[in-house]
Amino acid sequence: MTSPVIEIAHATVGYDGRPVLRDVSLTLTAGEVVAVLGANGSGKSTLVRAALGLVPLGAGSVALFGTPQRRFRQWHRVGYVPQRLGAGGGVPATVAEVVAAGRLARRGVLRPAGRADRAAVTEALRAVGLADRAGDPVATLSGGQQQRALIARALAGGPELLVLDEPTAGVDAASQEAFAGALRAFRDGGGTVLLVAHELGPLRPLISRAVVVHQGGIAHDGAVPEPAGHHADPDHEHVHPHCDEEPDGLWTGI
Amino acid sequence: MDLFQYDFMLRALVGALVIGLAAPALGIYLVQRRLALIGDGIGHVALTGVGAGLLLNRSPVLVAVLAATLGAVVIELVRAYGRTSGDLALALLFYGGIAGGVMLVGLSDASSGSLNAYLFGSLTTTSPADLVTIGVLGAVLLVTMLVLRPALFAVCHDEEYARVSGLPVRALNLLVAVGTAVTVTIAMRAVGVLLISALMVVPVATAQQVTRGFRSTMTAAMALGLFAAGAGVWVAATADTAPGASVVLVAIGSFLAVTVLAAGGRALRRRGRPAPGAPAVEPAEHEVLLG
Repeated sequence: MTSPVIEIAHATVGYDGRPVLRDVSLTLTAGEVVAVLGANGSGKSTLVRAALGLVPLGAGSVALFGTPQRRFRQWHRVGYVPQRLGAGGGVPATVAEVVAAGRLARRGVLRPAGRADRAAVTEALRAVGLADRAGDPVATLSGGQQQRALIARALAGGPELLVLDEPTAGVDAASQEAFAGALRAFRDGGGTVLLVAHELGPLRPLISRAVVVHQGGIAHDGAVPEPAGHHADPDHEHVHPHCDEEPDGLWTGI
Repeated sequence: MDLFQYDFMLRALVGALVIGLAAPALGIYLVQRRLALIGDGIGHVALTGVGAGLLLNRSPVLVAVLAATLGAVVIELVRAYGRTSGDLALALLFYGGIAGGVMLVGLSDASSGSLNAYLFGSLTTTSPADLVTIGVLGAVLLVTMLVLRPALFAVCHDEEYARVSGLPVRALNLLVAVGTAVTVTIAMRAVGVLLISALMVVPVATAQQVTRGFRSTMTAAMALGLFAAGAGVWVAATADTAPGASVVLVAIGSFLAVTVLAAGGRALRRRGRPAPGAPAVEPAEHEVLLG
């Protein structure tokens, strides 16, 4: 259970010449639940997007399941949950149709959906508590329910690694609990999780390791930091002095 | 229905039906991507192909397919890689396309009537060879759009997610672009370059007012496109009106009728509900699970 799932080595990412990440290294091993924390604009979302190849690297390397990211083709092993459902266009789509897109990585482009695909969609919707909304248009769901639909889409493909970009931002308490339950079941099944968060909330007990991104570098890598004001905790390992400058209330999840 | 005993009217009807079925099947992806007017722009580029074909004495439709495909690929590349100047680049392509078409048609021996035939459609002059072109391209288009529906839906719905799913996003985007060019070119015969977008977009806009899912919207839009094409040609034959304009007006008439009926239906349901403060969830209309 110690094989690396994600290996980011000396990654540098910039937008239009402005550096966002500088020489960042991070390794996730199988079974870990890692939270990437940081203030808005710290580069935490860029870090996970670079890991998935959604943002090009300026320098450094990324490997997924031991394969360099550029040559990685086993995308069914990865489930991605974006910050929110994109504009989605003007055409309605049912919750089941959106979740069914999660099967494409496994099934391929040309093969039509079969019994196993439909069963996986039903099971993923059940895991996030949306089984009764399968036939409803996604646009009629609340923000939190839409986020749950997106995690169901990622789970439907049966991934080994889940990458979530601020999945709980602005999500109601009931959806956060449903989210934590689905994530716990995924971890208990041997899954690995990389999660970007602003606040951990009910996810907190699940996190095995926290990485704090600050000003384009990794400022902390270890135990989940206590809420603001507890920086004196002996377990809290200061790697970077700027950690003290985090805005108050950042970790006030619970 | 006497008119349909004439071969040319029958060809007009069959051509219109194929286009009515195929255009919304492609158009739904454009609407989903909020590129509803892209067909219009590609139609402008196709007109340059028509002009070049007339000037070179080659089949205008085939040269138009080439020109429109090239234009569509350029537009897609501008969309994928372009930044702020994207819409300006598109505008240049559109106006350059129509100006080039008008100029080339003028240089050729063709009459101004043939320019009108491509601008506004000329269904009744559909030749048997045209019908074969429309039928073959229409069938290829339909099969492609239906077989690749889950993948195309995923790409148009959430492009980043599709990339992380390992889908060939760039190839699928180019496929939609080329499909748009093919649709535009075959629909050019029926409704003309200036009215093409209507057949790709209006049936989808009509359908999505009453549907709840993507697949049901696609099916309903194709049925509506088929109806508009059939009814439009019938109106044109009985009332001796321009077929292209008749088809488009039937499509827009359906849109208005469905809008009014859907609004009426919603109002009735609201009145029939006991508790006005209840959440706006309508449990009665669950659609069948579509995998």
